Amino acid sequence: MEELTFHHTTRRRAGGTKRMAIIGVVASGNLEVLAERVLTDAECRLDIKTAAEGFGAVWSAVVTDFVERHSPGGLRFSINDGGAHPDAVSLRLAQAVRMMEEAEQ
Amino acid sequence: MSAAGGQLAEFSAEPARALSWYEASARTRVRLLLDAGSFLEFVGPEMREVSPHLQVFNLPEQFDDGIVVGRGSLDGAPVFVAAQEGRFMGGAFGEVHGAKLTGLLRAARDLKSIPVLILFDTGGVRLQEANAGELAIAEIMRALMEARAAGVKVIGLIGGRSGCYGGGGLIAGCCSGLVVSEQGRIAVSGPEVIETNRGVEEFDSRDHALVWRTMGGKHRRLLGGADAFAEDTVEDFRSATLELSASAADFGIGTLQAEQSRLEDRLQRFGACRDAVEIWEAEGIAGARSVPDLPADQFVALADRVGRTSRDAR
Repeated sequence: MEELTFHHTTRRRAGGTKRMAIIGVVASGNLEVLAERVLTDAECRLDIKTAAEGFGAVWSAVVTDFVERHSPGGLRFSINDGGAHPDAVSLRLAQAVRMMEEAEQ
Repeated sequence: MSAAGGQLAEFSAEPARALSWYEASARTRVRLLLDAGSFLEFVGPEMREVSPHLQVFNLPEQFDDGIVVGRGSLDGAPVFVAAQEGRFMGGAFGEVHGAKLTGLLRAARDLKSIPVLILFDTGGVRLQEANAGELAIAEIMRALMEARAAGVKVIGLIGGRSGCYGGGGLIAGCCSGLVVSEQGRIAVSGPEVIETNRGVEEFDSRDHALVWRTMGGKHRRLLGGADAFAEDTVEDFRSATLELSASAADFGIGTLQAEQSRLEDRLQRFGACRDAVEIWEAEGIAGARSVPDLPADQFVALADRVGRTSRDAR
């Protein structure tokens, strides 16, 4: 297992008021993303635990692209990865942000 | 929530209930099975109660350890619900996974009046935490029987990709009633386990038709191992669960005696059969070989006619 952490400053806060969302399953080629609204509006953080070691540069590129596209200010993402491909990671992150954009019930 | 708001929420949830039970995740099953917006999770993923054992094996964890537990309402009535995620480690029982279900059943036991729905999707005990997992199975079975003795109905729903095997099959056997779909398989030893231990002549795990007609939902329903048959949609599981919750027998010495005689009768009638088809023929089903091909509505009519379940037993 390898642990990776990424910190980014963001242009704006993530939309919506939802405090927590979870998407995905930890299985081969899949991952789960837990999103929590626990940071200040101008930052985001991703904590990753992955079964596939040695892909730090790929993760860094995927995360940078994600932050650029979605500006998820205020969100912390905790990821358990079962060896997902980069496109699956991007999809799950986008899904997680989309879920957080909903109103808290 | 106002009555109008409730109706609106119900209406908007309905099309989604056409979703395949087999394909849905544990969280999706819970969300769509219960009344819209009613689910409240206990020990949710944000609490990060992960397995203490998996990291020893350098294996990834899941924040909910593969099971979602909580409470909600079903057609307006309160229920406790637990749903296993069959894609995380085959839905297998580990220490934390098991403890969450034990806790839910003990809460139901103490409150006495709220039924429990268990959405099984499991290969059995997680091998990486075998001792803790086996203990968890025993604790769950005890908690389940204590809940039933206190007057709680416990309904199992089986139709996921991992089926209901190993200790999951034992727990299912303790329930007040089971809803199963064609895709839901119920057994203790899985096909590969039987073949490994007894030889391919005893059971050929690669013969999928044999596996399905021995362990699949249709045979379990005809034999009386399951009490209701559902099509592979959330909607059908929901209506079958509502019906079964209302009709399942209360627990007591009379129920146990009725169950004992039901099982004795079954053994006497079918004990010598070597295949499910022989059982269906002995049952007097015309065209027994075509049972696996029957569409759900025709199969439900057949199962109701055969009537091998008893509303007084379980």
